[in-house]
Amino acid sequence: MLNILDNTVNPVEQFLRSDRMPHIWCPGCGIGTTVNSFAHALIESKIDLESLALVSGIGCTGRVAGYVKLDSFHTTHGRAIPFATGLKLANPKLNVVVYSGDGDLSAIGGNHLIHAARRNIDLKVICVNNLIYAMTGGQTAPTTPGHATTSTNPYGTFEPSFNLPHLVEAAGAVYVARWTTFHVRQLARSISEAFQKKGFSFIEVISPCPTLYQRRNKMGDGLDTMKYYKEKSKVRHGAPTSEVGLTLNGEIVVGKFVDRDRPDYQTMMRAQYVESLGERYIEEPETECVCG
Amino acid sequence: MAKGRVSIVVERCKACGFCVEFCPTHVLALSSAFNSKGYHPPHVVHPEKCSGCDLCGMYCPDFAINGTKISQDKVPQASGGEK
Repeated sequence: MLNILDNTVNPVEQFLRSDRMPHIWCPGCGIGTTVNSFAHALIESKIDLESLALVSGIGCTGRVAGYVKLDSFHTTHGRAIPFATGLKLANPKLNVVVYSGDGDLSAIGGNHLIHAARRNIDLKVICVNNLIYAMTGGQTAPTTPGHATTSTNPYGTFEPSFNLPHLVEAAGAVYVARWTTFHVRQLARSISEAFQKKGFSFIEVISPCPTLYQRRNKMGDGLDTMKYYKEKSKVRHGAPTSEVGLTLNGEIVVGKFVDRDRPDYQTMMRAQYVESLGERYIEEPETECVCG
Repeated sequence: MAKGRVSIVVERCKACGFCVEFCPTHVLALSSAFNSKGYHPPHVVHPEKCSGCDLCGMYCPDFAINGTKISQDKVPQASGGEK
């Protein structure tokens, strides 16, 4: 067979549970590509893996938690952000990453998304947006653009869709970026930047779903979609998020839209308690986790 | 002389073709051989052109390929290709 053997090891391999490979994602699906960018961001930012926790919800992207060799948790549907909030509050030293799909984060978990952004909880949210509910068979999602054909809208979607960067910016996120799976290096850099930010960071990654979305809309396979991203995406850093909505075949505005500073949830909590309680406020001593 | 080389884990490949399409120096092509799942994995057709940029590794959704730079002080091994 033509298995090429040599002593080079893929740098991403150290972050993967190799015994779980090959994974369940379809040929041409972009989720694996986003995992590459995430792994490269971990290498670039030299983050301590002991201080990192990854939380996923349900869906195709939710499987990431099972494939990465990090402290990870696969939560119930839509509840990735509440779980991550609990992790962050219990152990403020942790870097908590929420890695989930558009259906999980913006549909069933939509309320949690806006309230985590409003409170500015220090979470890094990576939302892989394939514009559809992929794992359950291609139903219309809140992010499905108008006129797209889905299994629940065979004559075309007529609902207005969510513009996620606009939603989270309005709710109060401090870092908002959007890339596609074509922009691998830019995405890796964006994730490293988000690790440097304190507060709610949201990175949307547009990804192909060749099996359900692209096939039903006659947009070709995963490779054709990547060529479409290459051709139609336009980098506009700092673009007003109200103008970056997605359309079925139109331009995709990518880039870093928001990068601002606001006090995060725990800073505000401490400031409030010190103000109202004064010396009576004693911070909880840090709890050490004793394992084994 | 090649500046880099490509390693491919054939059994993980699902033949999406991202690496073949987006290789900046067009080192790869999908081979006519099958892996055990019936996909055509890529193979190296122009090993001398490889720059070792690892863009194929960044794009691969199946973690099946990666490029590495060859340090120029060493004599490069026969890089990639079908074996």
